Amino acid sequence: MSKFPFSRRDVLKASAALGASVFAAPSRAQAEASPITPELVAAARKEGKLAFYTAMDLPVAEKFGKTFEAKFPGITVRVERSGAERVFQRIGQEMDSRIHAVDVVNSADGAHFIVWKRNDWLAPYLPEEVARHYPPQYYDPDGLWVTTRVWLSSLGYNTNLVKPEEAPKSFADLLDPKWMGKMVKAHPAYSGTIMTATFQIVRELGWGYLEKLARQKVMQVQSSTDPPKKLALGERAVMADGNDYNLVQLKEAGQPVEVVYPQEGTPLVTGPSAVFKSAPNPNAARLFQNWLHSLEAQQLLVDFARQHSVHPLVQEKPGARKLSDIKLWKDDPAGVEQASEQIKARYAQIFRV
Amino acid sequence: MAGLGPAIHVFLLGHEDVDARDKPGHDVSTVAAFMTIALPAAGIPQRTKLDLSRPILILFAAVLCALIVLPMSWLVYYSLVDRGGAFTLGNFVTLATDPTFIDPLLTTLILAVSSSIICCAVAAPMGWLVARTDLPLRRTVRALVTASFVTPPFLGAIAWELLAAPNSGLLNKLYRAVTGAPQDEHLFNIYSLEGVIFVISCYTFPYVFVLLANALDRIPGDLEDASSILGGRTWTTARRITIPLALPALVAGALVAFLQAMTLFGSPAILAIPAGFHTMTTKIWSLFNYPPKPELAAAASIPLLVLTVLLLRGEHLVLGRRGYSVVGGKGGDPRLIRLGSLQWLALAFVFLVLLCPVFLPYGALLNATFSRVATSFVWFDNFTLHNIYFVFFELSATPLAVKNTFVLGISSATVGTILALVIAYLTSRRAIRGYRTLGFLATAPVAIPGIVLGVGLFLSYARPPLVLYGTLWILFLAFVTIALPAAYQQMQSAFRAVHPDLEDASRILGSSRLRTLRDITAPLLRTSVIATWCFIFVGVIRELSAAIMLFTSETKVISVLIFDLNESGDLGAISVLGLIMLAITFTVVIAVNRIPGFGDARLRNA
Repeated sequence: MSKFPFSRRDVLKASAALGASVFAAPSRAQAEASPITPELVAAARKEGKLAFYTAMDLPVAEKFGKTFEAKFPGITVRVERSGAERVFQRIGQEMDSRIHAVDVVNSADGAHFIVWKRNDWLAPYLPEEVARHYPPQYYDPDGLWVTTRVWLSSLGYNTNLVKPEEAPKSFADLLDPKWMGKMVKAHPAYSGTIMTATFQIVRELGWGYLEKLARQKVMQVQSSTDPPKKLALGERAVMADGNDYNLVQLKEAGQPVEVVYPQEGTPLVTGPSAVFKSAPNPNAARLFQNWLHSLEAQQLLVDFARQHSVHPLVQEKPGARKLSDIKLWKDDPAGVEQASEQIKARYAQIFRV
Repeated sequence: MAGLGPAIHVFLLGHEDVDARDKPGHDVSTVAAFMTIALPAAGIPQRTKLDLSRPILILFAAVLCALIVLPMSWLVYYSLVDRGGAFTLGNFVTLATDPTFIDPLLTTLILAVSSSIICCAVAAPMGWLVARTDLPLRRTVRALVTASFVTPPFLGAIAWELLAAPNSGLLNKLYRAVTGAPQDEHLFNIYSLEGVIFVISCYTFPYVFVLLANALDRIPGDLEDASSILGGRTWTTARRITIPLALPALVAGALVAFLQAMTLFGSPAILAIPAGFHTMTTKIWSLFNYPPKPELAAAASIPLLVLTVLLLRGEHLVLGRRGYSVVGGKGGDPRLIRLGSLQWLALAFVFLVLLCPVFLPYGALLNATFSRVATSFVWFDNFTLHNIYFVFFELSATPLAVKNTFVLGISSATVGTILALVIAYLTSRRAIRGYRTLGFLATAPVAIPGIVLGVGLFLSYARPPLVLYGTLWILFLAFVTIALPAAYQQMQSAFRAVHPDLEDASRILGSSRLRTLRDITAPLLRTSVIATWCFIFVGVIRELSAAIMLFTSETKVISVLIFDLNESGDLGAISVLGLIMLAITFTVVIAVNRIPGFGDARLRNA
């Protein structure tokens, strides 16, 4: 399977993990697959707008919005971008106050969808292309969510400030005193990527590692899209966590940054999307959800956003680092959902903010 | 006036022909006599005209109560209950014993005191130079101070990040280029307590400057003339006449600066958190990150409230009941002190001061707008228009945010000014019983950090019977409540400077309170009313701490949008949005004032 971005081992590992989670309900009939029909497009056009809540990097999210608007003229996409944990909080607050503003949500934290499913806030809608092509572990059998994108929380460094031979190659390298005051990282109470990454770091390396990291006087930013940008500015030399795709984008734009995948393993992050039951623009929402997982949009994800897609027909850029070449840590949304509060509290204690 | 000497004369209002001509030599005593009699006589009901004024005044008082007492009572309620709703003092115990609360409290106090001192030290000489000397470019200086007031502190903080971040900051890059220092060294580190104090002072000193400059403007020249005639030199006159007369304004300004510094949220959130420390406001905000802990947050805001009350009482004791009226219907142009050769030194000082809030940050924002990497100097190889294109054509949140900001700004400013005017009138003229409580209520919101007020309003209006959360109304209430104390203080200063005898002359001649207010007092206060409107408008635009608690995706304002963008590191977009914001604000302020420059519609020429 040369076109498929993951090796068989990865697929088996992932399915084993997901099989043990709440998501994979045993032997359930699959939801009805829905294609993009002219009726859907006409109904969406009548609604004329939709609100897309997402944790994607802002230029990426706006690019998706604008591409959708170009393909389906007459429907305006309003992007509400914030860190996944913030998006979760805001949606919770809005739903509690019976404000129905969100149409489609794309989060960087799979745990949110467990909660939303439990609250019965998600609408079952399975795009036909997803049912036909996507491997079953990447979408909910009831069609409540679909995995839109996959990326990693990696390390990185500024090539003007750090020579490649001196650059850190593992999590353990970050504890070296020479990096004191020279690192930047993001916050799990804001960013879903960092929440997932922190959960996996704690699982694999323990809280002791984070306590030692905190003594390195790390610059604390919020979004996982920020450390790569701080590296490009030259404000810090090394990033301890953050989106690998931002680094790839910056590097390809000629900025002096480089990605490093740590030797111990790299946290894997998946970003599902869902349509809300109470969406004010239900048809536009479904159309967008459908389009977002089509080959065209997923190819845009790979080409422009430099993330990874689970759509088997997508072509990776030649020379791009394949997921199968990197040592990955398991994604575990159910575990994150259980541990999320404790992680935020203990993190705030250790890093003091 | 024949027959009327300095004795107390009784006469009935409206029944005798009162000759109110101005007569030199008798003025002081006759006015004093009128005043002595007029005040008690004012209490006598004047047919039906006075009755109409009272209900309106009481209505305003009731509105104020509802506006302020409701969220504050929810706040007190939440501070005294635990999760389950049972009464407990545990929140305060946690506050007193947990170091993660004590440290931010101490940090906040240090921050507020330092900022206040720096603001006074800078604004006082500047105010004096601009109002009482012949410094060249005086009007330009006033305009530039207005510019630094108009700049939102969080935008200033972001701009100073671009300038003084230890490794990437533009100033540090310049320093390294000039001195050849290694990459590790830096001159400034904005991510520190000193950095936060500096940025807060930059954007709080206009408060002190404005109050002081206005007060100094109103001091008539003949008081200082009298001192010179009696042989006092420039410095003696300044020390014994000018400074005591300007003292109330300075004290009020210092207090406002202290309270502003204490309750700012944006600048500490942007500069302190990357440095690894909290202030009270950021700590309270962090307590609301899901799941929210309103009990602890409410308890954390009580010390700030108590502190403010104490400070306000202190101000009252210091200023006492001494009158500082300088507009008494008599006056002359101020005698401008000639600086001579010192004017260059003075200009250099003023220029250096204005570098910090205005020239450098605006320059950094302009640079970041056109640069591909925000902290690189714009040059041919990294010039780009992409940031502008992105904000105007790609950023889908922009149009809605701009519209919301405008609507809220104009409505809050208008309603807030009317409220402040009436309440300041009620308290400074002691027009109704309980005016002291009214004054306290009008000033009370200043002690509640915007963020906690946001929570109080959220708790009050996110549930039936009155659900305002999700609409612009809740933001409107928040902005009016937040703007009220400063607007009220400004109007009160203005009222204090207008002596009651001008109004009493009108009342003696038979007009009601409202008519007097409209025909006599309001025109005299026109400058202050316009200034207060602009003050509130600008205050709303730059408000972040309450907005960040109360907004929803459809009621987003520009300040929240910029804050969101800063959390994701989109500095190019922030710079463009920030410049748009400043452009809008300047346009509106200039349009309202009609002439560039601050407080130009004065009683005398510059």
